[in-house]
Amino acid sequence: MEKRLEVLKTYKIYIGGQFPRTESGRFYAAKNAAGQQLANVCLSSRKDFRNAVVAARGAFGGWSGRAAFNRSQILYRIGEMLETRKAQFIDELVQQDLTVAQATTEVNLAIDRLIYYAGWCDKFQQVFSAVNPVASSHFNFSVQEPTGVVAIIAPQNTSLLGLVSVMAPAIASGNTCVILASEQKPLCAVTFAEVLNSSDVPGGVINILTGKISELAKWFAEHMDVNAVVYCEKDAANKNMFREKAAVNLKRVHFYDNVNWTADEGQSPYFITDLTEVKTTWHPVENIAGAGGGY
Amino acid sequence: MALASSQNILPDFRLSPRIDQIGVEERAARFTTRSIKADAKMNGLLLVLNMIDLTTLEGKDTPGKVKQLCYKGMHPHDAIPGLPSVAAICVYPSMVKIAKKALEGSGVKVAAVATAFPSGQAPKDVKIRDTKFAVSEGADEIDMVISRGKFHEGEYNFVFDEIAAIKEACGTARLKVILETGELGTYDKVRRASDIAMHAGADFIKTSTGKIQPAATMPVTLVMLEAIRDFYYKTGKMIGMKPAGGISKSKLALHYLVMVKETLGNDWLNNEWFRFGASSLANDVLMQIAKEKTGLYQSANYFSVD
Repeated sequence: MEKRLEVLKTYKIYIGGQFPRTESGRFYAAKNAAGQQLANVCLSSRKDFRNAVVAARGAFGGWSGRAAFNRSQILYRIGEMLETRKAQFIDELVQQDLTVAQATTEVNLAIDRLIYYAGWCDKFQQVFSAVNPVASSHFNFSVQEPTGVVAIIAPQNTSLLGLVSVMAPAIASGNTCVILASEQKPLCAVTFAEVLNSSDVPGGVINILTGKISELAKWFAEHMDVNAVVYCEKDAANKNMFREKAAVNLKRVHFYDNVNWTADEGQSPYFITDLTEVKTTWHPVENIAGAGGGY
Repeated sequence: MALASSQNILPDFRLSPRIDQIGVEERAARFTTRSIKADAKMNGLLLVLNMIDLTTLEGKDTPGKVKQLCYKGMHPHDAIPGLPSVAAICVYPSMVKIAKKALEGSGVKVAAVATAFPSGQAPKDVKIRDTKFAVSEGADEIDMVISRGKFHEGEYNFVFDEIAAIKEACGTARLKVILETGELGTYDKVRRASDIAMHAGADFIKTSTGKIQPAATMPVTLVMLEAIRDFYYKTGKMIGMKPAGGISKSKLALHYLVMVKETLGNDWLNNEWFRFGASSLANDVLMQIAKEKTGLYQSANYFSVD
């Protein structure tokens, strides 16, 4: 029998619910530890990032306006879809130097993490909101609202788990996000975008780019329409750059550079509240039950 | 069209040139491949800003809204010094007086939509009164709509006479004739309506009201620009062009400028002869200008809401 021609997947980026190639037309080779080339991957440019932010901003109103329970359902759905494509992810992780056992653990953890945050979607507000005692006749509430568009540079040492661990808490509260995948291990990020695309996640809520931190970090920090940045590496120069440049529009800056994503500390409702803003409302109290009350 | 060599003899509009649809669409697509960067981009953006007819045509318009828009037209974004004003503020006739007062001394013109905008379904005398009212209130420019129903019936004389009558009612105000290309259906009809409007006295031809989809597209605008070019070669008279509706991004606006330059030449590249009818385009242009000046991608949060 003749040898069959290989059909190789084109690893594209994910913007606004679509899979375009980078507008720059550039690519780089993703390799495993042995130096074997696994795929050509898009080398995204600042314009791809700009387009992704436009998509994320456009999706923000709809996503944050959904019922928390509905966001919960959709996060759960992502978990379900990932479960059904487990084998593919394990295969890709093995290509990227994990053993089958390690890969299976990572995929299972990623699915469980999605389910974990699916559960928190409609609960974190009850836990973290407050009715505050005040001296005047007012109900005084403090509630969490999503920060807005979050730009995330995913953990570099994992292909799937790190990305899921920083993405899920961001969107749980209603934020939309642009994520730069692991530069050296980008395969699962692109395949995960295919999972997102079949999970009822509205286009633009999650946008995934592949490329170099060294090229894109500055734009993540400076974009005026980005409300928060998340960075998961220890690089001190980059951290300083984020602190400085994010000040231009008072972005929130979070460094998760000391988190073991495979351990329990890799999931917590505080990852959700990090990317929320507290809104406090004063509402006048009517004397309901007392003499002269209207009820 | 051979008989039209003298200006006094009107052409037979049934013989207006037929348009090669594929050809015109491919030609229009090619304008979008020009690369405009750095200084050329900045100059283009400033020119676009200066060509905008900043528009509010809503049933819910109030004097306050119109005054706000006028201020925006005169001072697009004070955080960036040295910006040009827009070309005109486009409103309903009832708002002309308010706009005129707000814009006093600024050089920004007031354009009024008249003639039972947007449908044009009213008797001729009503349309003339509508026009005269807008002019008497101080409108510098009148945007009229043609009777598309009559046009489809083949009543070209009716359409012609109506435009001529409105032109007379305008006095010194410049007349823009809206073809509403989204309701005309084919490029052939767009070309024919353009020819009728120009011969009947239009100072500008304009694609759309903005109330019908599709509104302005590049191929439709190209057909009209070519009609203007042919009219100019035949009569020596320049006619202005105003695409309106659906142009909300700077990049697209720059593509239009390329198309004007490569079809009509530099003489048309100013707000005397070319306008954009738009409301949200201005903010996008401002954001791009800010991006060029600061190097930072911008957020709509820092620009006025219109």
